[in-house]
Amino acid sequence: MSVDTATVAKIASLARIKVSEAEVQAMVPELNGILAWVEQLGEVNVAGVEPMTAVIPNTLRLRADVVNADPLTGGDIRDAVLANAPVAEHGFFGVPKVIE
Amino acid sequence: MTNLTELTLAEIRGGVAAGTFKAVEVAESFNAAVADAQAALNAFIVTTPEAALAAAAKVDADRAAGKPLGKMAGVPIGMKDLFATKGVQTTAASKILAGFKPEYESTVSQKLWDAGAGMLGKLNLDQFAMGSSNETSAFGNVISPWRRPGDTAPLAPGGSSGGSSAAIAARLCPAATGTDTGGSIRQPAAFTGISGIKPTYGRCSRWGVVAFASSLDQAGPMARTVTDCAIMLEAMAGFDPKDATSLDMPVPDWSAALSADLRGKKVGIPREYRLDGLSADVAKSWDDGIAWLKDAGAEVVDVSLPHSKYALPTYYIIAPAEASSNLARYDGVRYGLRDLPDGANLQDMYAATRAAGFGPEVKRRILIGTYVLSAGFYDAYYTQAQKVRTLIARDFEEAFKQCDVILAPTAPSAAFALGEKSADPLEMYLNDVFSVPASLAGLPAMSVPAGVDAQGLPLGLQIIGRPFDEQGVLNAGLAIEQRAAFSAKPEKWW
Repeated sequence: MSVDTATVAKIASLARIKVSEAEVQAMVPELNGILAWVEQLGEVNVAGVEPMTAVIPNTLRLRADVVNADPLTGGDIRDAVLANAPVAEHGFFGVPKVIE
Repeated sequence: MTNLTELTLAEIRGGVAAGTFKAVEVAESFNAAVADAQAALNAFIVTTPEAALAAAAKVDADRAAGKPLGKMAGVPIGMKDLFATKGVQTTAASKILAGFKPEYESTVSQKLWDAGAGMLGKLNLDQFAMGSSNETSAFGNVISPWRRPGDTAPLAPGGSSGGSSAAIAARLCPAATGTDTGGSIRQPAAFTGISGIKPTYGRCSRWGVVAFASSLDQAGPMARTVTDCAIMLEAMAGFDPKDATSLDMPVPDWSAALSADLRGKKVGIPREYRLDGLSADVAKSWDDGIAWLKDAGAEVVDVSLPHSKYALPTYYIIAPAEASSNLARYDGVRYGLRDLPDGANLQDMYAATRAAGFGPEVKRRILIGTYVLSAGFYDAYYTQAQKVRTLIARDFEEAFKQCDVILAPTAPSAAFALGEKSADPLEMYLNDVFSVPASLAGLPAMSVPAGVDAQGLPLGLQIIGRPFDEQGVLNAGLAIEQRAAFSAKPEKWW
């Protein structure tokens, strides 16, 4: 499988990365080189093989049902959450208008 | 007076505890070395001399008060700029996080401070840890302190932990944190003549570490000796309920149990790693390693890892896929850069922000990841890669029925010059051919210096162990370290 300029433009749009026409042109051969190389995985016989889901067997834990048991991951830290926002107003993240 | 910057982590800790010198003197020496080298090597993104001094002063006060000292007491270290550090800029070497000052401390860095370590600064790296030469950082290349004889061409310190490796080799810090997704601790360690271990996946908490590929990312120590790596890993590892993949197991006292006596141990030599065109220097250092481990009492056996050649393409599907998902969080809303062109709506803002903030290699991987996860291609690429990953892990399981550890080169060559491989992404990816398989299988693996090539540049040997058997890896590493007696160091030119 290989990608063309329309596909690269579509992937970039899905990935929310603005790309110029020139960038798309440059990326097509690069991405095709990488894709052609990973394609060799198709020759591996994987009949009856389960895809890897966990590299080291581990059990999924449930945390204790206690509010803010760990202050590092608990709530009530609005100002800390907003501290690095490019725009924060009235205790909220600020974004461009999304309703027409 | 002793040149404090030449001391190992263990020697510094011992000297501080014994009162031979003060922790503050150690911090001052390293702060000076860092400042002196910054312009030439660019190993740090930010330096924090006050933090190093404050931590050292506390250790000195604790000692004077007769309080017990921690495992890392009085040791100033470098912190890879992938670990969130409270109030200190944390960027992953990307413009998209420029100015980001976390409101919290990563679990691993907190454990190191609790153990008495101090922070000299945040170390440069490949952007989002994506790279093998430290040429993708938005804050400029790191320059290796090593040079080819009679040549001033800048060499790569390896990547992604290139700031860490360069700083340790140049004696700017006795030890540093690294992270390893496909070889990012081991390959830079090999390139600069130092040691580094990636523990079993889950040993060190990922909480507060900027995510690249979550099923592969693992933190570990880098230092000049195997003993130093063991001590620092003890301080970094341990169960953390905040990381769902953290291993709920006790942390062994690896440094106390270190032993270079390998009698009764079997060392596997994977035949598939004898690549056509493997450099003669690398092949020779591998043979040296085999002889040293035999000398330490180990029996050497031939093993097979039949799916080795598929490890790199598997990695370059899985890692970008996970990265494309992890890096979706950089949207210009919650932290970091925002690019809001005139009249832009929310979608335009996302796309402009990410275009301005991510470097070319990061974009390339996000696009590959987005493609392999997209409708119609998911099974052909991503599911197939995860199946091959199962087979790669199974190869190791089979091999470890016949041996206790595996010995291989860390990288296919010594350090290359900056710019030598950056034009072709595929050629750069091939540098990780020996390190990626252990990452895909979640296994502990370390690199130790084994000697120098014909040009006098360091070469590393890699030891891969069974899950949870960091001790076996460290012991084999110690056996090599004692016999290789690696003493080469870069001549100071900066």
